[in-house]
Amino acid sequence: MKITKGVVISEPGSTALEETGSWRTFRPEIRYEKCIRCMICWNFCPEPAIEKKPGEEYPVANQKLIKMPVPVINYQYCKGCGICVNECPTKAIDFVREEK
Amino acid sequence: MPMMMLKGNESTAYAAKLARVKVVPAYPITPSTVFPEKVSELIANGEMDAEFLPVESEHSALSAAIGAAATGVRTMTATASQGLAFMHEVLYIASGMRLPIVMAIGNRALAAPVNIWADQQDTMAERDSGWIHFYAETNQEALDLTIIAFKVAENENVLLPALMGMDAFVLTHTMEPVNVPEQKDVDAFLGEKKINYPVLDPQKPATFGAFVFPEHYMEFKYSQHIAMEHAKKVIDESFDQFYMKFKRKYSKVSGFMVEDADVILVTMGSMTGTARETVRKLREKGEKVGLVKITVFRPFPREEILEITKNADIIAVVDRNISPGFAGAIFTEIAASYSNVKDKPRILDFILGLGGRDVKIENYEEIYERAKKAKSGKFEEVQWIDVDEKSVKEVEGSL
Repeated sequence: MKITKGVVISEPGSTALEETGSWRTFRPEIRYEKCIRCMICWNFCPEPAIEKKPGEEYPVANQKLIKMPVPVINYQYCKGCGICVNECPTKAIDFVREEK
Repeated sequence: MPMMMLKGNESTAYAAKLARVKVVPAYPITPSTVFPEKVSELIANGEMDAEFLPVESEHSALSAAIGAAATGVRTMTATASQGLAFMHEVLYIASGMRLPIVMAIGNRALAAPVNIWADQQDTMAERDSGWIHFYAETNQEALDLTIIAFKVAENENVLLPALMGMDAFVLTHTMEPVNVPEQKDVDAFLGEKKINYPVLDPQKPATFGAFVFPEHYMEFKYSQHIAMEHAKKVIDESFDQFYMKFKRKYSKVSGFMVEDADVILVTMGSMTGTARETVRKLREKGEKVGLVKITVFRPFPREEILEITKNADIIAVVDRNISPGFAGAIFTEIAASYSNVKDKPRILDFILGLGGRDVKIENYEEIYERAKKAKSGKFEEVQWIDVDEKSVKEVEGSL
């Protein structure tokens, strides 16, 4: 953020520059070999810091799912709220303490 | 230059007119009501070209002033006491947004008990709000300092709001002869209002007073602090320029018979006149007493205070305010200014004239006697003058 007199921001969209990932205490980590690509985590993420990516290059629980998109966590913005961990139906998201 | 008989509130209204203020949002409160009355009269008579916004509260008055100033026009309002307290959060927004609003204050006591008379508690409570503080001794000063306040506030190295305090009734409602400057001279002194900060413009959308994370908040506060420090120099320059144009001399602190004084009284606002008269009387009796008047309270003129009082044995600060549990605000500032000075005068605080109690020559004589005694032996740091201690102690008990 640029320091201006009077806290004036003349370019829109500057909130994206605030990397809220620095707030995190716990870090969600997806274990793709257990992930069934249901996208419930993507749906629930309030930030949203979970992105949909093409799935071919990720480990997969069942080969039938290989064409399905995968959820990928954007750690620049993930605040570590743990909602995805709680919602995952296959318990495929670990929640590990950040080492800083 | 015409001499007019003006009340303090009218002086500041004429200052608004002469500064070509374009927006005046205001909500009336005793003792500053005459300001919005006079401004709306000047506008209605076609003597002043401005928008008068009768808003529903002081909170809204200053909020509207922020909106107006953010468009880049010269903006002024006025309030007092409870009205200023009601503006409290908006004061910080105005200074944080660096908008050069000017506000005239009729310095009045804060309730409870309800009291509408002279007392500087209201503005002292806003000491840390990031506003520049000027205090007038007379209605002439009220007019002049209001005009100067625009000059300082709008300087590009400052860009901070400024308030100009004048004591309730003693100044706000008392007529005095005031030398009202010519419009062309004020125009020359202030110049056209410059747009030297980002303004509301549909062609250039921007966020004003944005949300800021802990990573950046301190930098914004630090920049406000630097701006306030810059204001010290800008105030001096503006006082000099004002003198060149109008031949009336102002300074952040001014001394009266201080050169060889053992005891120096320090006052701010209308009570200074009585103190000066007392000093004159005491000098006739051979007493070595002087007086320092504070005209600018924020930024605090630390260097000037240290310089002007350095040869005194005793500094007797007179405070028309009290921070219960410690002392008056001016004493606190002066004592703090001396904190890293090795050889310092003894500094005493005298609480006087709260809630409009008359400030008399006898009071200052008593302060002088008490201060002189404090040179040797035991002394109390904070003393209340002209107060019925007996009645209070019957209720609250003795210390």
